[in-house]
Amino acid sequence: MKRLLFLAPIAVFVVVLVGFMAGLQRDPSILPSMLIGKPLPAFALAPMRPGGQGFTSAELVGQPVMVNVFASWCTVCKEEHPVLMALREQGVNIVGLDWREDADAGARWLAANGDPYAKTGNDASGRIGIDMGVSGAPETFVLDKRGRVRYRQVGEITPQVWSQTLGPLMARLRAES
Amino acid sequence: MRSDSAGGATEGFYDSMTAEIGQFALILAFLLAAVQAGAGLWGARRGEPVLMALGRAAAVLQGGFVALAFACLAISYAVCDFSVALVAAHSNSQQPLAYRIAATWGSHEGSMLLWVLVLGIYSAGIAVFGRTLRETLQARVLGVQALIALGFLGFLIFTSNPFLRLSPAPLEGTELNPLLQDPGLVTHPPLLYIGYVGFSAAFAFAAAALLEGRVDAAWARWVRPWVLAAWIPLTIGITLGSLWAYCELGWGGWWFWDPVENASLMPWLLGTALLHSALVLERRGALASWTILLAILTFSLSLVGTFLVRSGILTSVHAFAVDPQRGIYILGLIGVATGAALALYAWRAPSLRAGALFASVSREGAIILNNLFLSVLCFTVFAGTFAPVFIELTGKDKISVGPPYYSWIFAPFAVPLLILVVFGPMLNWKRDKLSTVLRRVRVPAAVAAAVLLLGLVSVGWKGVVAAAGLALAAWLIAGAAAIPGRRWWAGRASLGRSIRTTPPGILGLSIAHLGLGLLVLGVTGVTAWQTDKVLNMQPGQSTTFAGRTIALQSVALADGPNYQARQARFAITGAGGPYTLVAERRAYATSQTTEAAIHVSPLGNLYISGGDEADGGIVVRLWSQPFIMWIWVGGFVMAGGGLVSLSDRRLRLGAPVRAAAPAAGPVPAAAE
Repeated sequence: MKRLLFLAPIAVFVVVLVGFMAGLQRDPSILPSMLIGKPLPAFALAPMRPGGQGFTSAELVGQPVMVNVFASWCTVCKEEHPVLMALREQGVNIVGLDWREDADAGARWLAANGDPYAKTGNDASGRIGIDMGVSGAPETFVLDKRGRVRYRQVGEITPQVWSQTLGPLMARLRAES
Repeated sequence: MRSDSAGGATEGFYDSMTAEIGQFALILAFLLAAVQAGAGLWGARRGEPVLMALGRAAAVLQGGFVALAFACLAISYAVCDFSVALVAAHSNSQQPLAYRIAATWGSHEGSMLLWVLVLGIYSAGIAVFGRTLRETLQARVLGVQALIALGFLGFLIFTSNPFLRLSPAPLEGTELNPLLQDPGLVTHPPLLYIGYVGFSAAFAFAAAALLEGRVDAAWARWVRPWVLAAWIPLTIGITLGSLWAYCELGWGGWWFWDPVENASLMPWLLGTALLHSALVLERRGALASWTILLAILTFSLSLVGTFLVRSGILTSVHAFAVDPQRGIYILGLIGVATGAALALYAWRAPSLRAGALFASVSREGAIILNNLFLSVLCFTVFAGTFAPVFIELTGKDKISVGPPYYSWIFAPFAVPLLILVVFGPMLNWKRDKLSTVLRRVRVPAAVAAAVLLLGLVSVGWKGVVAAAGLALAAWLIAGAAAIPGRRWWAGRASLGRSIRTTPPGILGLSIAHLGLGLLVLGVTGVTAWQTDKVLNMQPGQSTTFAGRTIALQSVALADGPNYQARQARFAITGAGGPYTLVAERRAYATSQTTEAAIHVSPLGNLYISGGDEADGGIVVRLWSQPFIMWIWVGGFVMAGGGLVSLSDRRLRLGAPVRAAAPAAGPVPAAAE
């Protein structure tokens, strides 16, 4: 009995280790979303500046849209940023969700680096991110005209990701009636 | 080894050798670590003095070669050798020299090299200063440390070579993340690493003791200074990190429950538990197997801390070098190191001698409660940090847990522990009477009750949490003062003499607990009374905030060494004034940072961060943060207590065991 007690630490450790292994083995880029085919949970995002405008989930219907989760502390977002700016030039509809930071920090970051978003809102506590199942930044949800999630891109949108996956998908969604 | 050609960007033949020498030194260190592991462990098993001496020599040489490799990388940064990929990626010739050198550990590869360097220094230290250790124990400790060094040197050489060359070499490098160009970066990561890696000594001692099948008071006396030597820099490192985030991130916060912050907090919590339980083992010979387990787990959590930042398994403010491949390697290292140690534990620990018995009301009892609370706190942080990973595995999505979780889960366990802190040092070893103990704490209790009453009278029932927090701080501070106070006033000798003869160990204990009290004071102040205000201000405009009048005098541009700054000058009158503050925004070549203006005072800070320009003015954010500076003062005071303790001759590294030492363990035979 006493021996079993001394075996407990390693038993627990093995379980934790297996958990970590599984967590790493999963390719984060193929994480499906539980929300595929469903609308995003209803939310209302705070404005980025005092007196400004945030946006709500209800505003995301009518045309296909990419909901991009970003933050000024996220270094990968910085790499992704020029791609988003280029997409904006092409007229792609992108909205920004400033995640887990003060709106002020996000607003400053956008002012410094350029703003690729049609609408921007802030989720300082990360509460809305939890509802959406956000795993980290950057992350992008692709919504169709009816506001349903059709795809979830975990991690950076590289030019390759755009040309191979997201670009064709957005074109298809625009063609849907 | 260097040539300073014009512009610092072209390099001669000698420069181009530096990186190769560094690379070669790393490979030699790897081979020496293999010798150190083999000779140490095999020599101890055979009782072969020649092999054990070889292990010691290898340890010193290995430390030397890692130091050489580190120096080579630092030189490459200092002379702007952009043909080294790492240097080109993390520095440019415009950067001040101090930050170029600090960039040595600002990257993933460089920080792993620093990790290995600290490990090498610890190993060499144990080899040189460990002469009074039992020779076989010393050889095994060095052997275990060499195994860890092998793992990390291999990690460096095979997956993250810092000395890779670029061909052709670029003329200029890119920028080190400007957020990291701060005195905080120069000191904060190295201190954390000294702390993390320092626990490898405790881990090696634990594994060596299990291999020997022998854990006694002499062992604990040896381990405690090494644990303390890791705990002090870790405490300072965490405090500096918090201070850096406060000054540099411009969010006015001091702790964000960010995964990487948590990663340093977990080993700190367990390391603190280990410090206390090793005390019981040293004085009373009890808690042997628990102390061993803590030593193993503390270092494992330090490894997990490294793993978290490297693997990209969680997102964080600090996530640089996200690479699952590296994550798998480090996870493998954790698996092998911790797995082997815990298997050894399961096999050997049951046969360890049980210690002396003690009553539940006793200092041992209090320390067990302390350990229990600290372990639970550590577990809550662990659970909160890794919840996303495990929730995802159960089929749900990845989510992350925010600050609300911690304030609901952490506080209920932290408060009883903080109340207990004052009782511990007042208790006698072995057994004590509850009624006498209560009498001993009557002064701190009276002080706390007075503060509570005063708080309730002045702020009313709405401020009951704040008043309770202040009372808790008062309880801790008065309790800390009572530790030496009890000796000074109750002693038979004159006051001056009893103050002079107080052992540093007692003073250190008192100072460390005092620091905890100050920390609680700061946390209470800022949690209960912080206020903030955001507004758009134009030069000449003023506003009232938290009892002050704040006027924006001017907004002007100024040049820094490698950035342009926009300085907003504020004049403040009212509480603590008049004074002026300058809040900066710095535009670096590729990014921007905010340098908040902070007026520091014991009663509270005024924190101003200047934001974007809008409508002819700038967006200004003001915070009033009562008592916040005591958070960091408390952290530094705690570390200071550790330093004072370390100076106690009973703990001095390598000091011969005094005959009068209260421990019952056998006196270790001198090595050599």
